[in-house]
Amino acid sequence: MTSPRGVLIVGEHTNGQLGAPTLELLAHGRALATALGEELAIALLGESLGGLPQEAIAYGADKVYAVTDPLLKEAHLDAYLGTLVKACEAHAPRIVLLARTELGRDLGPRLALRLNTALAQDCLEVRLDSDKRLVAVRPVYGGNCTAVVTVASLPMMAAIRPKTAEPLPRNPSRRGQVIQEAAGLAPSVIRTRVLQRVQEAQEGLRLETARVVVAGGRGLGGAEPFHKELQELASVLGAAVGATRAVVDIGWVPYSYQIGLTGKSISPDLYVTVGISGASQHMAGCSGAKVIVAINKDSEAAIFKAARYGVAGDWKKVLPAFTKQLRELL
Amino acid sequence: MPLHVIATAKQVMDPESPPSAYRVDREAKRVVPHPATKIPPVINGFDENGIEAALRIKDAVKDAKVTILAAGPSFSMDVMKKALAMGADEMVLVQDPALDNVADSTVTAKVLAAAVRKIGPFDLIISGRQASDWDNAQVPLGLAELLGVACVPVTRKVEVKDREVVCERILADGYEVVSAALPAVVTVSNELGQPRYPTLRNIMAAARKQPTIWKLADLGLAPADLAPRLLVMDLYIPEKTSQCELIKGENEEDSGRLLALKLREAKFI
Ligand SMILES: Cc1cc2nc3c(=O)[nH]c(=O)nc-3n(C[C@H](O)[C@H](O)[C@H](O)COP(=O)(O)OP(=O)(O)OC[C@H]3O[C@@H](n4cnc5c(N)ncnc54)[C@H](O)[C@@H]3O)c2cc1C
Repeated sequence: MTSPRGVLIVGEHTNGQLGAPTLELLAHGRALATALGEELAIALLGESLGGLPQEAIAYGADKVYAVTDPLLKEAHLDAYLGTLVKACEAHAPRIVLLARTELGRDLGPRLALRLNTALAQDCLEVRLDSDKRLVAVRPVYGGNCTAVVTVASLPMMAAIRPKTAEPLPRNPSRRGQVIQEAAGLAPSVIRTRVLQRVQEAQEGLRLETARVVVAGGRGLGGAEPFHKELQELASVLGAAVGATRAVVDIGWVPYSYQIGLTGKSISPDLYVTVGISGASQHMAGCSGAKVIVAINKDSEAAIFKAARYGVAGDWKKVLPAFTKQLRELL
Repeated sequence: MPLHVIATAKQVMDPESPPSAYRVDREAKRVVPHPATKIPPVINGFDENGIEAALRIKDAVKDAKVTILAAGPSFSMDVMKKALAMGADEMVLVQDPALDNVADSTVTAKVLAAAVRKIGPFDLIISGRQASDWDNAQVPLGLAELLGVACVPVTRKVEVKDREVVCERILADGYEVVSAALPAVVTVSNELGQPRYPTLRNIMAAARKQPTIWKLADLGLAPADLAPRLLVMDLYIPEKTSQCELIKGENEEDSGRLLALKLREAKFI
């Protein structure tokens, strides 16, 4: 067996485009590969890939394993897993990186187990130590603590939280190698069947990409303010509306509103929270927000530790006046 | 044969406890309860959702048995017995000092897989989507791989029909209905709904039940199987420096108004 070399990234794409988390992974991977003096490879899987391999090279990859198979049409976990196990066995990377997306979150642990190695989950930062070991920094205990971990077996695997790096500038003249591979998947590797996919349309803007987000917590006291006062604020600011898990659990809004560790990650320029205490599990989803504004009646609430501006007061009084003034300004 | 559902349950520090309730032992690289606090541990919240899912299946198919499986260095019986009091039939605890401070989820998965094999035939394993301490979301997925069965992660509804499990798997913008042949591993999220409260009858029944307790040696696991490959180099509480400017007007309405003006002045809107 060849001794493990290089960094391999698990790529993700939708609608003919590399996902933003994949572009960020390429930046993380590029830094590690350069530090190692080894190659950065990316595995791209799909029914067909079009210009994606070239795009990956433009964003920093040296090598693309382009694996095509009708079974890879949807990003099916079982099919991805089977393909990636083969790719890792064939190419023996030193480091394997995934994005901690919906797919990566579930794929990483299974891939690590199959490759008989360990995975550093949900990393904010990855680097190499002097022994070329992968060192990762990650939040644990719902973000209340930070752990620095390392993987002592090969390949060293890490799943990296999206929005922890800027993609490298796109350089269309960058050169790299595209290697076409067959997945060679037996249909029997697919053990789960998707019977139906249901889109639960959320009114308004998408939380993940919105430049302004407003969110409400248990302090709003009911479902109604989400449709009234908070919605009014959102309309004035052109913002997407989110919520805490506490509110989702009570049933005031659907899960698609949830921001946090087990909900969506947002990275708006402005994030306005109303009646949200600022629990670490909630804040885990908005670490990418540039400016946080808090309205909370408890001046001791943890949210004021993360906020840049705040009003300690009852939202029923503060919010309408805030919205009214904004309407006059905008 | 009754349908056999195994629900895994991890005992964790109460994640809702205030920061004053715990501290970091930086030497031992672990989070420990503050000596002065008396907040009892809990069954990991998502695992309680998993137990609820198992009990709903039992309610629906009638002929089913629910076994609780947990692994850890030590257990509070008062805490763990809640799972039986909710209505589970049996409980297996893998209790061994060697399971102290395991950060490598693959090790935990190996231990649970060995325990499942010793328990005997099963149809479905239900776990919480992640544990509230290390938030790894790895053990159930690893368990599925080690047992060589299908895996459906992060679901909000789990039903068994004709030797298949049918689940609603949560996606960012909705859900998908996924089916898999049994045996399988499923993980559940809090959207499944509140875990039931123990009934008086079940509490009394639980008091009479004795959990089966195994040591690692009972599972035929050697220390080498447990050598961690994910190593914790450091653990600390991140510093949060507050730089919040509290806006105070003549009254709350005025504060709201001034907040808007402030955001304009600072060019955030
Ligand atoms: C494993 C795990 C995962 C989790 N994942 C998530 C997650 O993804 N997202 C998430 O959000 N949470 C998550 N949580 C839950 C999290 O720990 C908190 O419980 C939750 O975020 C609290 O929501 P909240 O701020 O709405 O409610 P509370 O903590 O109850 O806060 C309500 C706030 O409203 C204020 N308030 C009340 N009345 C008024 C008023 N009239 N005017 C102004 N302010 C008022 C109060 O002062 C208080 O600060 C998770 C927890 C665990 C254990």
